[in-house]
Amino acid sequence: MIEINNVSKWYGDFRVLTECTTRVAAGEVVVVCGPSGSGKSTLIKCVNALEPFNEGSITVDGTSVGARGTSLPKLRARVGMVFQHFELFPHMSITDNLAIAQIKVLGRGRDEARQKGLALLDRVGLKAHADKFPGQLSGGQQQRVAIARALAMDPICMLFDEPTSALDPEMINEVLDVMVELAQEGMTMMCVTHEMGFARKVASRVIFMDHGHIVEDDDKDAFFGNPRSERARQFLDKILQH
Amino acid sequence: MNYHWNWQFFLQQTDDGLRYYEWILSGLGWTTLVSLGALALALIVGSVLGVMRTTERRALVLIGDSYVDLFRNIPLIVQLFLWFFVVPELLPEAIGLWVKQELPYVATAIVGLGLYTAARIAEQVKSGIQSLSRGQRNAGLALGFTEWQTYRYVRLPMAYRIVLPALTSEAMNVFKNSSVTYAVGMLELYFQYKQIIEKTSQVLEITLVVTLLYVTLAFTMNRLLGWVERRTRVPGLIAAGQGGH
Repeated sequence: MIEINNVSKWYGDFRVLTECTTRVAAGEVVVVCGPSGSGKSTLIKCVNALEPFNEGSITVDGTSVGARGTSLPKLRARVGMVFQHFELFPHMSITDNLAIAQIKVLGRGRDEARQKGLALLDRVGLKAHADKFPGQLSGGQQQRVAIARALAMDPICMLFDEPTSALDPEMINEVLDVMVELAQEGMTMMCVTHEMGFARKVASRVIFMDHGHIVEDDDKDAFFGNPRSERARQFLDKILQH
Repeated sequence: MNYHWNWQFFLQQTDDGLRYYEWILSGLGWTTLVSLGALALALIVGSVLGVMRTTERRALVLIGDSYVDLFRNIPLIVQLFLWFFVVPELLPEAIGLWVKQELPYVATAIVGLGLYTAARIAEQVKSGIQSLSRGQRNAGLALGFTEWQTYRYVRLPMAYRIVLPALTSEAMNVFKNSSVTYAVGMLELYFQYKQIIEKTSQVLEITLVVTLLYVTLAFTMNRLLGWVERRTRVPGLIAAGQGGH
């Protein structure tokens, strides 16, 4: 589904990604972790071209992301993305947040888009909040709406960029629950996250990044059981200590 | 105080058969027309320029920045003279002649005042857009919006809300600045004011009345946009200036 081949990226002289290669097969859930500044968010943003890359290639469902003729809006409409800071549109009601891209990008009718949005809102347990505005919801609720908004586009895969890092601790689980459910239904997912409990539960593979390199790309059990690199072991020790 | 107050003179006939109060009303009408026309033009041109300056296309940014630098650094009165007297000479002869002879004065005045104000509005629209987090644009793009659609549906609606207070004072400025167009022959309120002083010497009465009219115009604009501000307030956002998080 997602193929990343030898991708490198520079910000001026600073190399943020170095020959990253990995793939996410249909139905797989791949968790990307690593210390801050390791390039994991940059890598996931390259997948839907929110960040350009300098070398290598990325294909999503057979479409080359970096190629000249590729229509990025069309590609992105098929790839759902969830952000660290939710990024709901603050001036629109929850219903409109869910419907706007269906109407303007996919050309769905207003009623159809609303119905679809409400059904997904129900699925993330927030139907009662349909007429509210993002600023009236808690962080956890906003992030669940953001997931529903991405799903409303009927994506072929989902990208999660640290979806729980901006949340208060007691709100993390409500978001992870939605993500677990999604994974169990067979959605193809690439998740940048430090939630190792989530990784243990649903991940097929875990990728560990450091200084722009993919240091480990392992089966979940292999990764947690016996990480090969010293750096990954240190990292796991630190975040699993408590 | 020896001043001889005479409020009745407003009802007196003038040389051209109208009464003085009718001169004032006519001036008020032209002031309103020039100001609203200029404001509309400025909002359109200013928004386009403001958007251009926030894109990632260097040429567009350069055009927008140059415009703002140019139009903000020339005094309004000089700009009006340029539009009225210099620009027609630079145009192809037939068009220049048409501008000088056929085009109503008010159109040129609206263009002059509007394009001057557009530079200021471009600055505000730009700062409004830039105050939003980059994540908002990315969220729009990730849903499949084109760059333009992220402006239309995501960024501009919030940017306008954020800069509405600044736009309000700009709108009030347009009414006050419109008085400068008397210098190029617009028969607007300030022109009539000058004319009435020359004819009647009732300086205090007419000054008070004209002052009151300008205040009323600016204040009406202020109230009107205050109403717009309340109507477009986003529930759950404490200050409109927060733009997301």
